[in-house]
Amino acid sequence: MAFEKPIQELEEQLREFEELSDRNNLDASAEIAALRARIEESIDAAYADLSPWDRVNVARHPERPVASDYIAGAMDDFFELHGDRTFGDDRAIVTGFAQVEDQRFLLVGHRKGRTMKERLACNFGCAHPEGYRKALRKMQLAARMGLPIVSLINTPGAYPGIGAEERGQAGAIAENILGMFSLEVPILAIVIGEGGSGGALGIGVGDRVLMMEYSYYSVISPEGCAAILWKDGERTPDAASALRLTAPDLMQLGVVDGVIKEPSGGAHRDRQRAIDSMRRVLLEELKLLKEIPKAELLKRRRAKYRHLAAVPGRFPESGAATP
Amino acid sequence: MSAEIAGSAGLSEEPQKRQGQAAEGELGETRRRSRLRWKKKDMPGGLWVKCDACSQTIYRKDLEDNNMVCPHCSFHFTVNGTQRVQMVADEGSFEERFGGFEAMDRLEFENNGSYAEKVKKTAEKTGHAEALVSGLAEVCGRPVVLCVLDFKFLGGSMGEVVGEKFALSCELAASLKRPLVVFTSSGGARMHEGVLSLMQMAKTCSALAELSDAGGFSICVMANPTTGGVTASFAMVTDLVLAEPGALIGFAGPRVIATTIKQELPPGFQRSEFLLEKGHVDAIVPRSELRETLAKLIDYSSGS
Repeated sequence: MAFEKPIQELEEQLREFEELSDRNNLDASAEIAALRARIEESIDAAYADLSPWDRVNVARHPERPVASDYIAGAMDDFFELHGDRTFGDDRAIVTGFAQVEDQRFLLVGHRKGRTMKERLACNFGCAHPEGYRKALRKMQLAARMGLPIVSLINTPGAYPGIGAEERGQAGAIAENILGMFSLEVPILAIVIGEGGSGGALGIGVGDRVLMMEYSYYSVISPEGCAAILWKDGERTPDAASALRLTAPDLMQLGVVDGVIKEPSGGAHRDRQRAIDSMRRVLLEELKLLKEIPKAELLKRRRAKYRHLAAVPGRFPESGAATP
Repeated sequence: MSAEIAGSAGLSEEPQKRQGQAAEGELGETRRRSRLRWKKKDMPGGLWVKCDACSQTIYRKDLEDNNMVCPHCSFHFTVNGTQRVQMVADEGSFEERFGGFEAMDRLEFENNGSYAEKVKKTAEKTGHAEALVSGLAEVCGRPVVLCVLDFKFLGGSMGEVVGEKFALSCELAASLKRPLVVFTSSGGARMHEGVLSLMQMAKTCSALAELSDAGGFSICVMANPTTGGVTASFAMVTDLVLAEPGALIGFAGPRVIATTIKQELPPGFQRSEFLLEKGHVDAIVPRSELRETLAKLIDYSSGS
């Protein structure tokens, strides 16, 4: 990421300085503090003015916390549940019972992995139909048990491959979206990295949908959009701007309900702080969602998406025939 | 990995024999490249049409009298909204509803001209304000609510108006206790409306959930091509899912898949017959049997 270059250079300087002072037993605390302040300043300056394309790159940063980090760092308990009981266990989607403080819930999330080996096993977070079917199966179980659902979204998109099509990728995503409108437990969805199109929405219908500050959510990847509309991969940054895919954009459009602030310089600079923020918000949100009477839940969720982000007065309230 | 994993990859409407190279860029804009379309445009009102599947020359009137199906090889030509309504509805029975809504350029999306201008031009060309035509109709005497996605309108792509009209149609169907019959031909979500178009996948499904809970009945007939966010939302989750013969149906377009996996796709991949074999559609219905089949299925839906 070009905009991180000056920051990285300063961070490198700081490391060298610290080593040097350690080795030679020098008290360089004043210089180190000054350097730290300069790093903070340059981070603030760089991140105050990120382009949408920069933000997409922050969302994809290899050091950015992924679902497994949130599970390890924010959950007090986690018991993974595998498989769709029909075809297989798609590692690109993780499901399981989780607990934070006194709140028990079902966790569903895209899994990207961190090491190259994990990334390959998780197919870089690109799920197959069996992943979506696993998610739906466990969510329906959660609904029967009265467990709320927390969904962590982080996928470049559902996988476009031969097997995925053979096993009904489109139908699997559609069944999930439809199915999530009939789960009588609260659903909290949080975009933690990439919100890649239908593959994201396949576990993304929520009573509350939040985004981490530097995540993105889009109908198509900027690369795909540039290739199709501009027929020019070089125009990817323009496509990223045109698509209005950043968290502030989605707030403004009224598509998401809130943005979780990240540490200065992005979640990859201080994973634990990002994870702690998410945990705090998760607890607050779950408590609020649990106050909605069960009978109201589906009605509200359906009405929310029925009129989501619509310009007031543009469309009629309902298409029902007037007698 | 290819970047085009989004559910909105565009498509051209090429027939089976050229499958594999089929998916093209933007819905609508690709038309320029489609030989078939050029021919039609080159000979406005021309008497002859060449079938893109079997290359036979067809007398235009024969083709039209045959529901735009090639009399030689049964290739189903893509039809526009008006043609579809005429083909399906009893003569004179169609009454358009929710026709007035126009797309809004809420993102101020610019690429080689503004989205607002594109919509305006397309509306003038097609005579429809948007890609979904909806209304009341009768099919062999059975009253229905009919929705038709028109591929000729920006590739039948789904933006806010398409999603809204579909949802309104679900509500109309529920209130009139009529079956909902929907025809799709679409490249998926409309990129120019960004995440707002993605959210139509959820809007249409929420409306279908309501219709279903109200005891409604819905049928979707997927025509060539149906992909992306339309396949991955309402089209695949109506009560019955039908397909026209030889239609390209899938999540990702074939070009995106071929680029991603870097290999050629097997013959017949993502065609209706492939989906039937894999268990994803209830039946394939040729146009010649379409009306009678819809009527029969509607009769079954009302119980014994």
